[in-house]
Amino acid sequence: MTLRLAIPALLILAVAAIPFAAPQLQLLMNLALAKGIAVVGVTVLLRAGQVSFGHALYFAIAAYAAAFLSASMPGADLALVLLVAISGAVLSGIVVGLFVVRYRGIFFGMLNLAFSMIFWSILEKFYHYTGGADGIRLPRPTVFGMALERGPFELIMFYLSVALVLLLGWFTIRWFASPTGQIFQTIKTNETRLQYLGVSPQRALLSGYILSAALCGTGGVIMGIVQGVVTPEFAWWIRSGEMVFIAVLGGAGSVAGAFVGAVIYEAVRVYASAFAGDIWQLVLGGFLLVIILFAPKGVIGIYDAALARLTGKGLTGKGRSE
Amino acid sequence: MSEILLEARNLQISFGGVVAADDVSLAIERGKNLAIIGPNGAGKTTFLNICTGWIKPTRGRVYFEGQDVTPLPPRRIVRLGVARAFQIPQLFTEHTALENLLISAAAREQLGNPLQDLHRIRERAEMLHLLDMVGCADVADRLVVELSEGQRKLVDIAVALALRPKLLLMDEPTSGVASSEKFKVMEILVKALAEAKVTSVFVEHDMGIVSRYADEVAVWAAGRLQMQGSPEEILRHPDVIRDVIGEAV
Ligand SMILES: Nc1ncnc2c1ncn2[C@@H]1O[C@H](COP(=O)(O)OP(=O)(O)OP(=O)(O)O)[C@@H](O)[C@H]1O
Ligand SMILES: [Mg+2]
Repeated sequence: MTLRLAIPALLILAVAAIPFAAPQLQLLMNLALAKGIAVVGVTVLLRAGQVSFGHALYFAIAAYAAAFLSASMPGADLALVLLVAISGAVLSGIVVGLFVVRYRGIFFGMLNLAFSMIFWSILEKFYHYTGGADGIRLPRPTVFGMALERGPFELIMFYLSVALVLLLGWFTIRWFASPTGQIFQTIKTNETRLQYLGVSPQRALLSGYILSAALCGTGGVIMGIVQGVVTPEFAWWIRSGEMVFIAVLGGAGSVAGAFVGAVIYEAVRVYASAFAGDIWQLVLGGFLLVIILFAPKGVIGIYDAALARLTGKGLTGKGRSE
Repeated sequence: MSEILLEARNLQISFGGVVAADDVSLAIERGKNLAIIGPNGAGKTTFLNICTGWIKPTRGRVYFEGQDVTPLPPRRIVRLGVARAFQIPQLFTEHTALENLLISAAAREQLGNPLQDLHRIRERAEMLHLLDMVGCADVADRLVVELSEGQRKLVDIAVALALRPKLLLMDEPTSGVASSEKFKVMEILVKALAEAKVTSVFVEHDMGIVSRYADEVAVWAAGRLQMQGSPEEILRHPDVIRDVIGEAV
């Protein structure tokens, strides 16, 4: 039991030490954390048995909302930028969600993809407003009214990201265990019974869909602010696919797995590229193949199994890491 | 003073060439246990499907407590006080027996606090009691896929009862229950229903159960309600003996 808590605590401390212990990793880790938060959004939907191939939509909407706000209101405060960006993702999540929650399986996945493609085209084609393929700059927001230099600002963004990972991760795990979250997850197993409990499956799915949009939006706005520029690539379907990829890699349905998966993914992508171009796809593809064939519960599943062996306790059906 | 809880008027539906409901009219009195009997394919399940809004009849109407519920979706009818247990149990297979009931209670109370643990809701004791009542307390923490067919039927009924319905529709509650256990199970159910003041309709193939637990019997055949009356007169009727009881043996 203590080991089960000690290992995640050590990992969190190690991440928190990066800006001092290994500053060259700070940017990479920050981007991985941002992606991880977005992947949690995809993970939420997996809990209801649904896969979205278009959730980069919310990633991009939040990032562009932040960029537009900062452009029209130079020196806008970070808190305001985050608030507006995430609200944008939530609002669009409600609008698109009301439509897509009527569909399941492949139709649900593809409809989400369709919406993200439409948004991507708008970003590309309405050049005068969106800057087209070059995107638009997202100038550094002020923090509590202070305009910061690059170094301190990046440090603040890094720890803000760590804090959001912990806060949103904690919230999502609690939400999964709550009545609303549990009802949401029954979409996966029996909608007939759900209706006969007097619950609308559509509304149950919408609750999780909005949460997933908020999470993807949070990831997107962090990514945009840290990079200082947002491009249509934020909404590109490859990015949506990448989120699903990471979710499965880390452990489909696991919140911790989303972050572990994101860190592994980013690390392989960056370091394998250093050896040879395009080799990272080979490495990650092979890795995913192994995961699906031999460890369908992902990296977190492997961790759980190893821990169970170490502590000599068998894993019960419910005894998995969140 | 008898009072009509649910009333079906002139229900009509066919599937392809099969007429599954043919001018069916039936009134269910509050406080009674009504048994529906009839051969396979007679339209018994279809009747429950129409009463709960799952299937819309091409003609006819359904009234619950005087309100026309024909156009409503199942979830709206459920919220008015109609619960249902299924011929094939409809449970959340990735959840435990207790969790299935807790989810039912959460739906009933429309609990929405995102930080509250489902296992810590106030209704937990009530749900444990309900599981105990249907004899499944010992499997409360087992995933429902690990339960026997009979246990799943009982949990399915408990999930419906957890909604505190006014009317409970049960489709063959004792099928899948070992025959030596059937009477015991019905004894428990009927007692639970009386205690909760729930009116019930149950589809049943076992005439022993029907004669013992039904206040009234309705006979279905080929989509039609053939006759309706007390168990004594219906089960002795020559047509019923020939068409229903004969076939069930
Ligand atoms: N949704 C449906 N689509 C097509 N045919 C249906 C549908 N529901 C029922 N039927 C047909 O209607 C007829 C009546 O079916 P129903 O399930 O109501 O019978 P039942 O009396 O419940 O039989 P059993 O005792 O076998 O459960 C059957 O011929 C069945 O095949
Ligand atoms: Mg039937």
